[in-house]
Amino acid sequence: MDTLYQALIAPFTEFEFMRRALAGVLALALGGAPIGVFLMLRRMSLAGDAMAHAILPGAAVGFLLSGLNLFAMTFGGLIAGFAVAILSGVVSRATELKEDASLAAFYLVSLALGVTIVSMKGSNIDLLHVLFGNILAMDDQTLLVIAFNATLTLLVLAVIFRPLVIECVDPVFLRSVSRSGGPAHLIFLALVVINLVNGFHALGTLLAVGLMILPAGIARFWSRDITGMILIAVASAMVSGYAGLVLSFQSKVPSGPAIILMAALIYLFSVLFGSAGGILRRLFPGRHLEA
Amino acid sequence: MPAQLSFHNVTLGYDRHPAVHHLDGEVAPGALLAVVGPNGAGKSTLFRGIVGIVKPLTGAISLGGLDVRDIAYLPQIADIDRSFPISVFDFVGTGLWRHTGMFGGLGRRERDAILQALAAVGLTGFEKRTIGTLSGGQMQRILFARVLLQDASVIVLDEPFNAIDAKTSADLVGLVQRWHTEQRTVLAALHDMDLVQAHFPETLLLARSVVAWGETAQVLTPDNLGRARRMCEAFDDTAEACAGDAPRPQAA
Repeated sequence: MDTLYQALIAPFTEFEFMRRALAGVLALALGGAPIGVFLMLRRMSLAGDAMAHAILPGAAVGFLLSGLNLFAMTFGGLIAGFAVAILSGVVSRATELKEDASLAAFYLVSLALGVTIVSMKGSNIDLLHVLFGNILAMDDQTLLVIAFNATLTLLVLAVIFRPLVIECVDPVFLRSVSRSGGPAHLIFLALVVINLVNGFHALGTLLAVGLMILPAGIARFWSRDITGMILIAVASAMVSGYAGLVLSFQSKVPSGPAIILMAALIYLFSVLFGSAGGILRRLFPGRHLEA
Repeated sequence: MPAQLSFHNVTLGYDRHPAVHHLDGEVAPGALLAVVGPNGAGKSTLFRGIVGIVKPLTGAISLGGLDVRDIAYLPQIADIDRSFPISVFDFVGTGLWRHTGMFGGLGRRERDAILQALAAVGLTGFEKRTIGTLSGGQMQRILFARVLLQDASVIVLDEPFNAIDAKTSADLVGLVQRWHTEQRTVLAALHDMDLVQAHFPETLLLARSVVAWGETAQVLTPDNLGRARRMCEAFDDTAEACAGDAPRPQAA
């Protein structure tokens, strides 16, 4: 009993930085996981990943202009992300080009632009912080920004929920009854960017999308209903965050990868044993029913 | 009586190539109009033009004072993501959009209306099923249930009876007739000539342009159908700008 307490709870009661990390990762889970569910349902999981790359140069520019300054980097990331999201959204709606193709085009441009700027100014090792984040070094400001963004995400998502769902299922129908489809889609892309920027403080740009997509994948194997999926995604993101922090504390694994690896474990378990279409269920479905 | 829908020299198309060429005509309020013609004749394009998804290249479509969002439009089934985890109840409930908007809740009246619509299409008991578990015919039935809830005065159905068994199609034709007796204007793109002859008083035979438009018996003659079949489907990439537009006065 005591060893369990030492392993699972003591790190958080004894060390403030662990408590901050836990608070941060819970807030990230709350905002990011529902966004991940919609990314998955819209078949945009990889678009989320592309967007994460698009943010990197913006954050790097912010970093180069004013050092390891939270607001400069957040601002730079937001601008780069929004620019790519909005431009690609507008291009795919106004032309024949599909969203994935136009997004790929714009994020590659953004990435090339970022690397060019970085190489002009000379690279810096602290950039690793941007790439991989550091959830164990959360100051008050960062925590507040993360909590604010998570709150904003949930509120905005509640406002655009209905058009967003209909836009996913039957976009032509939504267009025939309302003009809200386009704005809802753009606002959703903005939320994706906000949550990716949110994630890079803790997990870095490369892994930020992990705490959005993996929980969504997990949820798909346990629920066939969108509300259930969102709840399960949030819960599994929170559990992964907590378990990852414990793992990282007890071993030498860096915190960001530890969190994502924990999510990956749950994901693997869900793929195998999930009640909604898991592999085991498919192989051994039980005897067929009467009707 | 002023027309419900009127087409003034309407040309609809994609990338400057016309799919429906110089359409003129009117649909009276309460009309029950079948739109027939071979594949590629421009039936779907015409419907997309009516609901505002495709903008006319030239000419104008007037809706008799209706907002384009007051038209109930049933597109071909291919546009729907049936893997999305939404229940039949919620899906059909989206038909109440004009009533609830983005935020309006579903009270008891709305819930009853949804259940009644499901009963009207013979799918009582399907409320909790996700749409991915439905057969093609059942899916078409819930699309009709949604149109029922939209309670629109103009209803546009794009090939509503394709790949559907006789029983389902008979049930759904019953709904179309009910809308007709309720004085709603109904347009349907169809391929089944027997069905058109049996249930649709008025027919528009389309083959990129109007071949014939009027009483069904006069439109569906072997002569007219033959002319429609000979329609040229391919776009001509070297086509000149249409000369037909220049001298004609633009309709307001």
